[in-house]
This record gives sequence, C-alpha cells and structure tokens, in this order.
Amino acid sequence: MKLYSRLSIDRKRTVWAWGFLTVPILFYVVIRFYPTADAMVLSFQSWNLLGARSWAGLENYVRLWNDPVFWQVFRNTFMYLILGTPISLVISFVIAYNLDKTRFLHGTLRALYFLPFLTTAVAMAWVWRWFYQPVPIGVFNNLLSSMGIGQIRFLNSTTNALPAILAPAVWAGLGFQIIIFMAGLRAIPTSYYEAARIDGVSNWTILREITLPLLKPTIVFLVVFSSIGFLRIFDQVFNMTTNDPGGPLNSTMPLVMMIYQTAFSSYQMGYAAAQTVVLFTVLLVVSLVQLRILRDR
Amino acid sequence: MKSPRKAILGATTGLATLLSAQTLSAVEIEYWQYIFDTRVQAMDILIERFEEENPGITVNHSTFPLADYRTRLAAAIPAGQGPDVMQLFYGWLDSYVDEGLIQPLPADTFDPDMIGEEFFPMVGAMMRDGAYMALPTAVRSLALFYNTRLMEAAGLDSPPETLEEMIEMAREMTIRDGAGNFSQVGITSGMTAQDHHWFREVLTRQHGAEPYLDDYRTVNYATPEGIAAFEFYTGMETEELVTQSGFMDEPQAAFRAGRAGMHIDGSFRIGALEGTRGLEWGVAPLPLSADGVAANYGSYWVNAITQRAQDERKEAAVKFMEFIVSEEAMQLWLDVVGELPARPSVALTEDNLANPVYGPFIEGLEGAHTTLFVDETAQRQVLVDAVQRVLLQGMSPAESLTMAQEAEQAIIDRAQGN
Repeated sequence: MKLYSRLSIDRKRTVWAWGFLTVPILFYVVIRFYPTADAMVLSFQSWNLLGARSWAGLENYVRLWNDPVFWQVFRNTFMYLILGTPISLVISFVIAYNLDKTRFLHGTLRALYFLPFLTTAVAMAWVWRWFYQPVPIGVFNNLLSSMGIGQIRFLNSTTNALPAILAPAVWAGLGFQIIIFMAGLRAIPTSYYEAARIDGVSNWTILREITLPLLKPTIVFLVVFSSIGFLRIFDQVFNMTTNDPGGPLNSTMPLVMMIYQTAFSSYQMGYAAAQTVVLFTVLLVVSLVQLRILRDR
Repeated sequence: MKSPRKAILGATTGLATLLSAQTLSAVEIEYWQYIFDTRVQAMDILIERFEEENPGITVNHSTFPLADYRTRLAAAIPAGQGPDVMQLFYGWLDSYVDEGLIQPLPADTFDPDMIGEEFFPMVGAMMRDGAYMALPTAVRSLALFYNTRLMEAAGLDSPPETLEEMIEMAREMTIRDGAGNFSQVGITSGMTAQDHHWFREVLTRQHGAEPYLDDYRTVNYATPEGIAAFEFYTGMETEELVTQSGFMDEPQAAFRAGRAGMHIDGSFRIGALEGTRGLEWGVAPLPLSADGVAANYGSYWVNAITQRAQDERKEAAVKFMEFIVSEEAMQLWLDVVGELPARPSVALTEDNLANPVYGPFIEGLEGAHTTLFVDETAQRQVLVDAVQRVLLQGMSPAESLTMAQEAEQAIIDRAQGN
C-alpha cells in the first residue's frame, strides 16, 4: 500500500491499466496461446488420445505432403475461397448499392437480406440438403421435372457438389456483408457526389472514381473477413454430407473437416495437429497478402 | 431357557457384527455407458437386481452422449478418474488393450473354454493372448426388412430366399417415371449405411471370396470372386436398375417412408421402424447365394474391467461383469432394449426363434463374422469411395475394388505400425 501511494499519477494509471488488462491477457494465454503452442508441439508427435505422446519428428508433415487426399482437400479449400469471396462480395455490393438508393420498403428489404445471417448454419444446411435431393423429395429437381427438364445431380456429383454447398454459405453471409457495405456507402461524404453531378459525370464514372476508391477500407475488411470464413468452412459441408463426409470422393472436403475427421474419428491427434498448423499458416499468409495488396496501392 | 437380557445382548452383538461386516465390505464401483434410453433403463434394472443380490456393493451408473463418449473415456481413464467397468464398442478394443487401460478377465471366473462354448463364436474376437478382454451382453446382426404393402401391390407373397429372387422381386417393386427417375426403389442401397458390412462379410463370402486373411490383417476381397460380389452389388444400380444409392437421402429414410420394397439393416433399426404410421413391414434372414451359402455380420458393444479396478473393487467389478453377461441379464436386455442375446442358450430358445421380428436376426447370429476394424469410419469410407468411382466416374468395378483393397490395406498397416 505504501509502495503504491508513493507512485506518481502516471505510474498509478499504468498499474491500473495493467490490472484490468491482466484478465483478458490471462484468458488469452490459457485459452488461446497455450493450446496453439501445444498444437504446434503436438504436430511433431504421435498421439491417439489414450496413451502417452511420443515424438515423431517430421513424420506427420511428410505424410501430409505425400497424402493425395490432403492435396485434393487443399484444392477444395481454395475453391471455396476463390469462388466464395468474389461472388459473395459482388452480389452483396450490387444489392447494397441499389438498396442504398431505394426508399421504398428500405427497412423491410434490409431486414429480409439480413435474416439468413441470423439462421443457424446447421438448420440451413439441412434444409438446403433436402432442396438438393433428386425426385421425389428435392424441391429443385421436382421443379425441373415438372417443367420437363432433366434432373441435376447437385450433391451426388464430384463437380456440382462443391458449388451446391457453397451457395447456401454465400447466401447466409450476404446479410452481414450488405450491412457493412451500406455503412461504408453512407460514410462517403455527399459533397463528392454533388460536385460530380455539377460536372455532369456519368453514374458509371461516379461509381468507378468515387464510390469504389472511397469504399476501399470496407472492401479490405470484407475481403479478409470473408476469406477467413470460406477458408474455414465446416458447418455447411459437414451437415450436407453427413452420409459420406466431404464426399463424394472427397470433392467437397475442406481442410477443417479433414482435421476434424483425423482427430475425432481416426484419433490421430498428431497428424491432425500438423494439418492445423498448415491451416494456420495458410490463413496467416492469405490475410497478410490481402492486407498488403489492398492497402498499399 | 435364555434370559431376555442375554437374548438382547446376543441380538445386539449379532447386529453389530453384521453392520461392521457390511461397512467393511461396502464397495462402490463406477459403470459407464453411452446414452440410449432403453439401454440405460435396462442397466438400471440390472444394477438394482445386482445390488439386491450383493448387498455390500454399490454400482454408480454414469452415462454420456454417444457423440463424446469416446473422448470422455479417453480423458478420464488415463487420469485415473474413469469407470471400473465400462462399455465400449468392440472395434475400440485394440487401442484400449495396447494402452493397457483394461485388464484381462480373470480366467477362474471367465474360463476361455467355457466362454468359447457358451457364447456365439463371433465373441472370439475379444480374445487376446488366450484371455478374454471383454464380453458383450448383447449382439447385433443383419437381416432383410421388407415392406409388406409394396410386396402385396406387386403380387409377391413371401420374402426372397436367394439373392436371385431378391433381384427379381426388387424389379417388381421398382417404380420409375418416363424420364427414368425413381419414385420407388425395389431395394435400398448405400455403402454409407449397413451395406458395407453386407458386402464385406456376406456378399464376398457368398461369391466364394475370403475378404480378409491373417486375422483381418490382410485385405483380400479384390480377388475374382470378390470382384464378382462387388459387380453384383454395383450391378443392382447400373445393370438391374432396381436401386439408386442416396435415394431419398438415406436408405433407412426411404424404407421408413414406404418408398423402398426391401432394406438390409441391423437389429438396432427395429426400434426406429416400430410404430411408424402407415408402414407395414416384416423381417427375413439375409438372402442366400445361388448355392445356398449363408453369412452374416455381427457387431456388439462389450463390457470391460479397467485398470482402475484393483483389490476389493476388482472383486466387485468381476462379480458385476459376471452378472451383466449372465443368461438372466441377456434375456432382460432382449426384452427391454431389443438387442440379441450373446449366448445361444438364451438366444436360440423356441420363443425367440419364432419371434417374427427377432427370429431372422437370431438365426443369422451363428454364421456371423465380426470384422476386426482398426478404424471403422476410414475403412467404411474406402468402400463408399469404391462404389462412387463406379457410379460417378464410370470406373470398372474390378479396378475400383482393387484400389479399395490397397487403400484399406494402407489403413490397417498404419494402425499396426503405431
């Protein structure tokens, strides 16, 4: 107490600041950092959850490198990213851009777009899974067959399954992206637009020269945010392919699901940890690259 | 004549000795299993009876959802916190034995020769180095479910006895529209459900193959006979057009919805089908091959004593084990849970065999094989993929099954190496 009373105001402030910060720091160290570090150690070990851990050196990584399923899964993961991020951003921007100009039923429309974001991924995945079934139960295929068009194999196809699973994931994320885009659009000062109008510039030029450049911080945020989301997609895939997880023929399996299966169905914790380290690295690199490219120029 | 005083004194001393004997021998043991309503009920009844017979022993019954049962066990047992007696799936036995988490059943109570004689042969899979590590109360086998209404509508009066008849009848019950889309399948199919067991242990043997060698350490189904079996299986969809894998999402869903004539499934499906409105069904033994070969797949959950049970706890655990694999317990398990008794003396009674629902399953028990999986999910996936390569990529069954054999062998070798 004596020691404390002798401190200057500034020092006291620091003591208090650290006092408050200790709680989240402790929390993060125990709940986040320690397990992360432990997972990295585990990736060099072999462990079946029951017995003792034993050192395995680089074995897990070598196995990963030589595992054709891993490369397929790696490709799938990037397909989710490469298709998911641009498609969802373009759609949500178009909707936000037009919604911003609409007065009629503005609030209702915005709420409707936001609604899927509030829905549980599991419930949504199961509903879409039934939508996609062949006749007699699938809505889409029943519709097609009533119009005399042939059936489409949505989920039971090595080429269609991934986009079919991605579609509800994109749809569910739209609401959030639209709201962020609209906030970004509102933040652009109207004086720029007024000046442009006085100069008689076309709408297209306004969009290209004013709106998009000034939306850059919003776009950077959404690109990074949604990329991370698509890179760790799991719920949709898991629930839409429970019979043949990540199938058919691994064509929809993302990295997170491979990790889950290796760990909790095959009980190869070390191998799963190695996959986790790879996912961590991928997420880190992709996020850093995106931040750099989108921010500096 | 004893004085009343003496009598009272005698009575008190007697009571005191009895009480102290009670407290001395009072042992509490932990029993774990996963949550499945009827199983929990049956176990509660068994524990009650056991405690009545053995006043000094208390059994604490803990249950966990199946989804995290395995992780719970894995976390608790090495920490010395788990059960004394626990239930585990037969396929997990190896890893528990390897890690030294469970102890062999003492040979004086569980004489291996006696068990060999008194239990169904598939229980032999629980033997390691001449001692039994675990024993089941109940076992499961496969049989053919059929939809009686659809059979009648197609003019069929009795379920098929051979595979050939099965295909014939399936053809009668298949309904497709002008564009070739199924609105009703003759028989369900899907390696993701029970078909991978049907193929692995039944169809291969019926076509003359020996699916595994060296105590399930060598995969051997990609022989000409095994390939014939695989061609038969995939042919149901590609040649005979009597089924569609993934029809109505899941085979059991199609059957339950009355959109499938026949469906191969395990005895555990009975509960789910009972009381389904509008569904009338029967059970028949799995169809025989053309030359009359019968086979079946048996699986079970077993009870084992963990390393935690030592000294008087071990004594109590052994007594409890003895009780829950007794004939009395098995009959109760059949009555309450509907799972088949692991002893022929209980299973093969006239009453049980004549039961229209359980009878066909019980009949299948004697010829049932138990696959010694090292990683059931991964090994199932191998066959799921094998079928998908044929159906989606047009690969020949022979090539696809050969790839499957290599993939499954790799899984087994890796598990052996660890």
